[in-house]
Amino acid sequence: MGGLQVPLEHVQVLAALLFSCGLLGLMLRRNIIFMLMSLEVMLNSAALAFVAAGAKWAEADGQVIFLLILSVAAAEISVGLGLVLQIQRRFKTLDMDSANRLRG
Amino acid sequence: MMESLFYIAAVVALSATILALTRANAAHALIYLIVSLLAVAVLFFLLGAPFAAALEILIYAGAIMVLFVFVIMMLNLGEAGEESERKGLHPRNWIIPGIMTALLFMELVYALEQVPALTSGVAVSPKEVGIMLFGPYVLAVELASMLLMAGLVGAYHLGRRFNVRNVGSN
Amino acid sequence: MNSLSLIPALPLVSAVLLMIGSARLSKRVVAIFGVGSVGLSALIVASVAQDFLTTGEVQTATLWAWISVANFTPGIAFYIDGLTVVMMSVITGVGFLIHLYSVEFMESDESFARYFSYMNLFVAAMLLLVMADNLLLLYLGWEGVGVCSYLLVGFWYRDPNNGAAARKAFVVTRIGDTAMALGLFLLFTELGTLQIQPLMAAANVQWSGGGTLPVLATALLLGGAVGKSAQLPLHTWLPDAMAGPTPVSALIHAATMVTAGVYLIARTHELFLLAPATMQAIAWLGVATVLLAAFAALAQNDIKRILAYSTISQIGYMFLALGVGAFSAGIFHLMTHAFFKALLFLGAGAVIHCLHHEHNIFKMGGLRTRLPVVFASFLIGSAALAALPFTSGFYSKDSILLAAWALPDIGPILWAGGLLGALITAIYSFRLVFIVFFGEANTEPDKQVGWKIAVPLMVLCVLAAFGGWIGQPLSEVFPATADFHNVAHSVEYIGIAIPLIGLLIAYLVFLGGQLSVSKLTDSSLGKALQNFWRDGWRLDALYHNLLVRPFTGLARLCRNEPVDIFYNSIVSFLRWSHRGLVSLQTGELRWYATTMVFGLLLLVAIMLRNAS
Repeated sequence: MGGLQVPLEHVQVLAALLFSCGLLGLMLRRNIIFMLMSLEVMLNSAALAFVAAGAKWAEADGQVIFLLILSVAAAEISVGLGLVLQIQRRFKTLDMDSANRLRG
Repeated sequence: MMESLFYIAAVVALSATILALTRANAAHALIYLIVSLLAVAVLFFLLGAPFAAALEILIYAGAIMVLFVFVIMMLNLGEAGEESERKGLHPRNWIIPGIMTALLFMELVYALEQVPALTSGVAVSPKEVGIMLFGPYVLAVELASMLLMAGLVGAYHLGRRFNVRNVGSN
Repeated sequence: MNSLSLIPALPLVSAVLLMIGSARLSKRVVAIFGVGSVGLSALIVASVAQDFLTTGEVQTATLWAWISVANFTPGIAFYIDGLTVVMMSVITGVGFLIHLYSVEFMESDESFARYFSYMNLFVAAMLLLVMADNLLLLYLGWEGVGVCSYLLVGFWYRDPNNGAAARKAFVVTRIGDTAMALGLFLLFTELGTLQIQPLMAAANVQWSGGGTLPVLATALLLGGAVGKSAQLPLHTWLPDAMAGPTPVSALIHAATMVTAGVYLIARTHELFLLAPATMQAIAWLGVATVLLAAFAALAQNDIKRILAYSTISQIGYMFLALGVGAFSAGIFHLMTHAFFKALLFLGAGAVIHCLHHEHNIFKMGGLRTRLPVVFASFLIGSAALAALPFTSGFYSKDSILLAAWALPDIGPILWAGGLLGALITAIYSFRLVFIVFFGEANTEPDKQVGWKIAVPLMVLCVLAAFGGWIGQPLSEVFPATADFHNVAHSVEYIGIAIPLIGLLIAYLVFLGGQLSVSKLTDSSLGKALQNFWRDGWRLDALYHNLLVRPFTGLARLCRNEPVDIFYNSIVSFLRWSHRGLVSLQTGELRWYATTMVFGLLLLVAIMLRNAS
């Protein structure tokens, strides 16, 4: 398979853009499901940056980190969705602005 | 040719992500998110990481997104939720987070400019990844396994029905 | 245990019994215990005095060692010499009469048993004071009588004014007691013992006359005596102490406790003889107190306050006697004063008792025929107080004045001061008699006195009239005083004449009306002077402004805890910061995310700055 010869920074800029999108979503969306999606996007962008960096030096480390990020995302989403179910049961809403019982 | 494929996939990934995060309906958003993930899988493939691309599709687009679908189906969010979400996406709410995100992005780009380089175009085979994984990274694998175990237990625990006192039974 | 220890033990045991059984014992039993214990003590004292007078031997008795620390071993030990015998006789004799009197006076009081337990406790403490062979035991008795005085002045504690008077009595005497305690410390550190006789012997050996140490030590002891004996400037508690029951005033604030200061100085007179400066100060203090209290007594309307000021004034005479070195004259006056002042107080108590608790002399009047026994006792008491010839007060006061005259240099001035005091004394005592017992009757007595009141009055009448002929076995105790026989007869005649002149003035002003002072008293200066004297020369107000108000001001300042302001400000700053931080915790997930992004932004910016 032939290699890709785009500048590395283009890939990294794409990763940064995706990360920014995720961050923006996290800050803007009030629905917890969308917040979790934003988190997925952010993790994914980080994984893209790692894979690209691994490809630059033709090392396997980038993909190893990708695998770790994958497992983190899987664990996070399983717990997060469990929480979503509980929040829906308790507050009858997924709006995180109304579920603010931790107010100091 | 390959370069243009990269840019097309990049544009698809970015636009699909933006669309996913601006939808009011969770199910629609999920479809766009899957598209975005598939585009990233294409990017992985192009960057010489076919194994990662396969895993991206299998686990991200497959397993995780299916979990999302399950939850959305279970919750059965109605029109009212959609309406309130749409209100929440009013441009007024965008300004400060938007500025902050733009700033962060510019900072990242500024940092990236310091190291101009080309991607090598050399593929890294799954075998090498496996050797690395169970060689120097074996401790990380153990940690990941423990994390997944914790996720499993946590999900099981949170999934149970609690006797809720102050809110009616469900 | 010999009979000596029984003297203070009997009232003490009775006091404890009455305290424990106050709720269960009937008034009859209480009276038997309360009066009987003091009566028995008086009998034992009489036998001890008889022994002493026949043998003339000093008796000592050591019951047990009280404290034993290194070479400091004060014991519970008694030392009985002529002075102690006189004091014991006065305390138990007059005390017994007053106890008997109290049975009738207090019979309708609900706290009958409490009253007698305090009174017995007082007698026990006072006996301990005079019998002690060391200054520490004396100090125990000294504080014991102070406590009893406090308890009895505030006996009717439901009235806050009585409580305030009791506190005042306690606190003001405490000032003197503190000085006295310091004096005891000084004596012990310098002379190594507190036993009175060895102490005086050691002082005579180690100290030279007129040195600094004797003056300092005796001045400190004098402080205690001044507080207890209500002398200038610590006399202000005594008029207020009249808030207690009248027999209490008779026993504690006229006959016994207030003379404890005189006893203390007489007991340690050898120390005082080493300090001529202190002696002179005592003499001047005495004269000043005589005059000040006599003028204050002249303007009082309350029958008990008149007597209170006259007590202060008479103790001033005793101090004068001590100051001029006529110790036996001072003790003699102490004894006669105990007789006639107890008589006057008991008479006043009888008047108050029979006149619906009326204290104002201008609401009395014409009691001569209505309360004849009381009138007789008041007449004799006032005659003795005014030192009319051949009454007991005459002999004692006369010897004091002669001793003062005999002193070189300042003697005549002291004598003249004392004489002026005697004149005023005669005026105010017969003012009292004339206003209360003669003239129009303003209040009718609602009862007559019973035998329990009449008998003590009559016994005291006899003592007040003829007590001047009782010889005192004091020649062994005190050094011989100067011989008065070479004093010019004119001086003696003046001393005899002055009280008679006073009586005449009082008669003309208050009874006959030939001499009108209304012009004098109605003028603005006269009125002001009258009010000034009635308020006791405004010394209370002076002390209030000089001492109490700065103190309460300081206390008020400290109540806000000025030191804590610093620490409290730290606390409030932390609270304020905490509130600020709490308001950050909104519980909204998006707010947390936004703030985290903000922090991230800053972190990346800082890292970039450092990298480039």
